[in-house]
Amino acid sequence: MLNPDAKLNPKIFDNDVEMIPIRQGYGEGLLEAGERDERIVALCADLTESTRTQLFAEKFPNRFVEIGVAEQNLATVASGMAAMGKIPFIASYAMFSPGRNWEQIRTTICYNDRNVKIIGSHAGVSVGPDGGTHQAIEDIAITRVIPNIIVLSPCDAIEARKATIAAAEHEGPVYLRLTREETSVITTEKTPFEIGKAQTLFSSEYNADVGIIATGALLHSALKAAAELDKKGIAVKVLNLSTIKPLDEDQIILLAQEAGAIVTVEEHQIYGGMGSAISECLSKYFPVPIEFVGVDDMFGQSGSPTELLKHYKMDTPSIIEAVTRVLKRKH
Amino acid sequence: MVALTDSQVTELEITANKIRQSIIGMLLEAGSGHTAGSLGMADIFTALYFHILRHDPNNPQWEERDRLVLSNGHICPVLYATMAHSGYFSVKELKTLRKFGSHLQGHPHREFLPFLETSSGPLGSGLSQAVGMTLADRIDNGRSSGRFIYCLMSDGELNAGNSWEGAMLGGKEKLQNLIAIVDRNNIQIDGFTEDVMPLESLKAKWEAFNWHVLEIDGHNFEEIIRAVNQAKAIFEKPSVIIAHTIPGKGVAEFERKYEWHGKPPAPKEAQMALNELRTLGGKIQSEHQ
Repeated sequence: MLNPDAKLNPKIFDNDVEMIPIRQGYGEGLLEAGERDERIVALCADLTESTRTQLFAEKFPNRFVEIGVAEQNLATVASGMAAMGKIPFIASYAMFSPGRNWEQIRTTICYNDRNVKIIGSHAGVSVGPDGGTHQAIEDIAITRVIPNIIVLSPCDAIEARKATIAAAEHEGPVYLRLTREETSVITTEKTPFEIGKAQTLFSSEYNADVGIIATGALLHSALKAAAELDKKGIAVKVLNLSTIKPLDEDQIILLAQEAGAIVTVEEHQIYGGMGSAISECLSKYFPVPIEFVGVDDMFGQSGSPTELLKHYKMDTPSIIEAVTRVLKRKH
Repeated sequence: MVALTDSQVTELEITANKIRQSIIGMLLEAGSGHTAGSLGMADIFTALYFHILRHDPNNPQWEERDRLVLSNGHICPVLYATMAHSGYFSVKELKTLRKFGSHLQGHPHREFLPFLETSSGPLGSGLSQAVGMTLADRIDNGRSSGRFIYCLMSDGELNAGNSWEGAMLGGKEKLQNLIAIVDRNNIQIDGFTEDVMPLESLKAKWEAFNWHVLEIDGHNFEEIIRAVNQAKAIFEKPSVIIAHTIPGKGVAEFERKYEWHGKPPAPKEAQMALNELRTLGGKIQSEHQ
């Protein structure tokens, strides 16, 4: 059942659950943070509407800088503005930022420990028809290896709004991963959010046979998988890992100790992603069998989000299959 | 118009000479590092820290200070030596360059030396940071702000797209408080710049990006200071000073040779270089001879 403490959307499993793009939550969060703190500025690389930075740009034209199609400049100009006390939010597609400008993010933002927030929208294969060039499935891997940075991956628009405000309040570099598609609203305004805290969203009545740890938009598929498994008598606990760095090791270890088997779910390459981070943690503190749901060392392609998530084995049936596999490996 | 009196020029020349001696000493001690560009930019750094910049070495974090971004971080020996001679830290500390635990990292790192405005090393990213600083200053202080942001860059790093992305935005935003100084010494690691990747016509390139362009002899203090004054007087355009310098300037044996871009002097070469600097190329009798 859904964890009552998480105060989730009661319509999660209904067909008419509200659908809002995660990036919309960022746009609203940035506007709200910008109203609270005039140090906040926004920079965009010719994707102002698409990344939803427009809400801020229209309200605060003097605090918005249009950089053009130049992501290296996006990161380095922001570093300079942060050096003067500003809190820059830089927005583009994740493929281009942090994709194209990784070294500038590493050196001029993170090595300098500058208070810059990097917003990577359109992550994952669910970008859809635009195809593989625009589907960032490596961004978690390349950001989480950089010292000083926080990596956030909210599961819906409401959490994205809270994550944006929390990022603004955090002193230091933050990467915020967003997706393009309309996404089921899982959380509510009352759902707690804190950087660095994983949250149990679903918990069967009995001690878990398997723990599912998911991040981003796929959390909804993970919850649906959990509900189906629960009906079949497999006890499941689902964690929302919206902060990938720093990792909430305590929660992850507790879940591994309870369930003895873990499935990780992310719209990202298996190599280097959230699952890898969990694996690094558990192999050190409490090794258990893990199955990884994610992209298996391939590039994306054109198609509808549904087709692509099925093709790359990241949909609800694929999560259930991964649970079946991991249960077989459990001692 | 005379920008400087003769005695001011002499004083700056003596300071630059001391800075060059420190550069040789610290590179010798470190056993690695970049000689040519460091010596070549000693006059410009001296002019900046001892005449042009609004700064206070006793209060490095002074809010009202100008900002100086060194984009080509590999010439940090000249930055460190100039900062030490102007009072930011002791000249003795220069000998720790590139050593474990030193404030003076092989390429500048703010975490180790918080007086730095930025960390640098990977080329092509400094100008954009200076653009960002100028934009932020304009948001806070408007277009009448009296603060100037200086970006020191190499010619080699103008191979990098990021440099021109910064230039494009600086031109678009008409950042008159931004002054870039390009060390036009015509060398980079692999050879002469025009062989590796031609930059000419460099003046026309910057002008095409809507910058006001000045060209000077980067070893002539009057020209350096006059150019900066002129740049400050230009409204609604950023300025770039293309400073023609001699790599290795001050030590005849090192001058104009790209081989000296990235290596330190050996002990005998350092001794020779120090003798030459101490005697101003034989013009004065050294106490060591």
